[in-house]
Amino acid sequence: MTDHDDNFDHATGKTTTGHSWDGIKELNTPLPRWWVLTFYACIVWAVGYWIVYPAWPLLWGYTTGVAHYSSRADVAVELANLEKIRGDKMVTLGAAPLADIEKDPALLALARARGKTVFGDNCAPCHGSGGAGAKGFPNLNDDDWLWGGSLEAIHKTIQFGARSGHANAHEGAMLAFGRDGMLKKPEIVTVANFVRSLAGLPTAAGYKAEAGQKLFADNCASCHGDAGKGNPEMGAPNLTDNIWLYGSDEATIVETVTNGRTGVMPAWVGRLDPATIKALTVYVHSLGGGQ
Amino acid sequence: MQPNNDVKWMTAGESGLAGLFTLAVFLCIIAVAKAEDAPFAFHATLAGFASLAAVFAIFNRYFDRASLPPQEINGRPNYNFGPIKFASFMAMFWGIAGFTVGLLIALQLAWPALNFDLPWTTFGRLRPLHTSAVVFAFGGNVLLATSFYVVQKTCRVRLAGDLAPWFVVLGYNFFILIAGTGYLLGVTQSKEYAEPEWYADLWLTIVWVTYLLVFLLTLVKRKEPHIFVANWFYLAFIVTIAVLHLGNNPALPVSVFGSKSYVAWGGVQDAMFQWWYGHNAVGFFLTAGFLAIMYYFIPKRAERPVYSYRLSIVHFWAIIFLYIWAGPHHLHYTALPDWAQTLGMTFSIMLWMPSWGGMINGLMTLSGAWDKLRTDPVLRMLVVSVAFYGMATFEGPLMSIKVVNSLSHYTDWTIGHVHSGALGWVGFVSFGALYCLVPWIWQRKELYSLRLVNWHFWVATIGIVLYISAMWVSGILQGLMWRAYTSLGFLEYSFIESVEAMHPFYIIRALGGGLFLVGALIMAFNLWMTVRVGEAESEVPLSSGATLQAAE
Repeated sequence: MTDHDDNFDHATGKTTTGHSWDGIKELNTPLPRWWVLTFYACIVWAVGYWIVYPAWPLLWGYTTGVAHYSSRADVAVELANLEKIRGDKMVTLGAAPLADIEKDPALLALARARGKTVFGDNCAPCHGSGGAGAKGFPNLNDDDWLWGGSLEAIHKTIQFGARSGHANAHEGAMLAFGRDGMLKKPEIVTVANFVRSLAGLPTAAGYKAEAGQKLFADNCASCHGDAGKGNPEMGAPNLTDNIWLYGSDEATIVETVTNGRTGVMPAWVGRLDPATIKALTVYVHSLGGGQ
Repeated sequence: MQPNNDVKWMTAGESGLAGLFTLAVFLCIIAVAKAEDAPFAFHATLAGFASLAAVFAIFNRYFDRASLPPQEINGRPNYNFGPIKFASFMAMFWGIAGFTVGLLIALQLAWPALNFDLPWTTFGRLRPLHTSAVVFAFGGNVLLATSFYVVQKTCRVRLAGDLAPWFVVLGYNFFILIAGTGYLLGVTQSKEYAEPEWYADLWLTIVWVTYLLVFLLTLVKRKEPHIFVANWFYLAFIVTIAVLHLGNNPALPVSVFGSKSYVAWGGVQDAMFQWWYGHNAVGFFLTAGFLAIMYYFIPKRAERPVYSYRLSIVHFWAIIFLYIWAGPHHLHYTALPDWAQTLGMTFSIMLWMPSWGGMINGLMTLSGAWDKLRTDPVLRMLVVSVAFYGMATFEGPLMSIKVVNSLSHYTDWTIGHVHSGALGWVGFVSFGALYCLVPWIWQRKELYSLRLVNWHFWVATIGIVLYISAMWVSGILQGLMWRAYTSLGFLEYSFIESVEAMHPFYIIRALGGGLFLVGALIMAFNLWMTVRVGEAESEVPLSSGATLQAAE
């Protein structure tokens, strides 16, 4: 009976196994019934699943299951369904002239939907997911276009990019007037103030407007135009509209004139198919400021 | 082994190890001289100095010691606590380091500027540093410390080996050092949770086999007729990790003097090996090993018998048999053949009850002692860890179901799942075990402050809840955004839009992680004060060997 007493746990009313390790004993509790039944149910479910689906490898091949399921076949069906939804429409889109796409509501909806998706995955990292741009990356929602805002102009920019290395890319860059010794530091400050005055911004004390105008006419007007209205042929920004790619404060303009600007827009031809580039063109054109 | 006379001899282990480490010093010098890349030279330098230090330490000990520490004193086992103290200290150290890096990378995801534009501090290098630091450095040292303690106490013998236990704990932490500094320097074989390069892998193999031998030989010379359940789990953990490590890591170095190697496996076979390894690292390192901790520390702390011996046997063998098949559920809807995906998923479902067997045994051990949860925050921590274990081992099988996985895979839900297991289960059971272990091995009457344990418990629990609920919401939101299609079959959202949507949840997650770190700092202070100013336990006959430990 002493054995029984040693191995009896009063709190639970159960016996222990009789062993003790460093004072730890173990109760003789049977397996909980719900635990055993749930375990069995899981096993039964697994065996059922093996019967229905591909499950066990054989020497050559595997058990295909009564449903003959295949994830490859599943994907093929889904792609076929996709083809049904928009297959020939994408072909139509690819063949249609840019101007006609905007006239056909169905084609326009497809182009904008496709364009939005492609924009998010390819353009958003620089231009922002809403196309609002960032310092050095143009805002695509306004009507200020470096290389032109017509459908054709946007189409060309997306295809070949700017300073991208592609043979058809937009070339022409803001020159480094200071670094390359064309203008001296005080001259750059003067012309920077003149540029600010073009946009109606206040100028620094002691700034000489006439000197600024002369410097501008001699150095900048060939690209930006006598009135500073810019030239989309050369990608020269309009300096009068108070839309700034890099910033309008004196220091930033001085930096721009001193070291130039050579931001790159990549060429997308060859990376995106022609129909997709067209869709992207229509999407960007529709963002707000298309001309 | 030594003739019992007045002449003092070096043991075979002392002279052999000293010789090997001397050889290692020379090999390291050659390796530094011929190194192909700077990180390899740096690691060879570290290894050279470590080997030199080892030689000095072995000779120092030899000249200081009279004879070898006895196996028993007055008929009681002379337990070997030195390596356990070291591993406990390192666990706390690496834990805080790992949690801190985790907080930093959580903040980086919310504010990318915190990458600092430096190669060493980018997310890509710090993320493996975080995972390895918490899993292998923190968790590994907890497992080393507790396994060496539990196996001695439940076998009633001193740890097998003389220098071997020290070799294991020091060697393992040297592996951590090489692995961690390697990540920062860009040395990686790019396999998740198995990033260390070939030479670190080789070193770990030597250390791990020694660990296995120490553990096995201690079991062999046990004074108890039966092997305690915790030791089954420790043994399963040690053996399986050895198999996984060898299976996943075979590689051919480009040069024996360089850090770069190429893994033998390629393509989908490599993916399958990787997740066979990755999932079972979770199964055997983070589950079996910590279940062993649960099986000793909960009954010990609650002073109650283990709930069911029968359940412990059945769920042990069921876990061992089923877990090893579940890896393919990490590769649903990939190039992995459908049949392998089916097996991965169905075995994960069958694993649910075996996992819960451990939870039942852990929780129900409290039968007759539930009131202690009110008064003992350490026991509360241990028990809540088991609750998190139960939650995570339900969520795991759920996420392995293919339709669920198609929503959850690649999203933050996975991160949340991992952390409910890592912070809630592994973290809390480790904290509970260390709160028990530190007073025991330093012969202190009790912890410095139970109030601080209570603070740790609540701060960390709130942190975990913030962390995992933020990741659930963010993960499901991500999954839903990624699968949303327009009527024309285009994706509704671009990837960058889903990234923008994550931002608030990343901040909440970082806050949760920050609270968890604060809890760990409270703990470190508490343990430090326990050792420094805690009242020494007066009469502890079982640990009378402690005075001799100083000689080691």
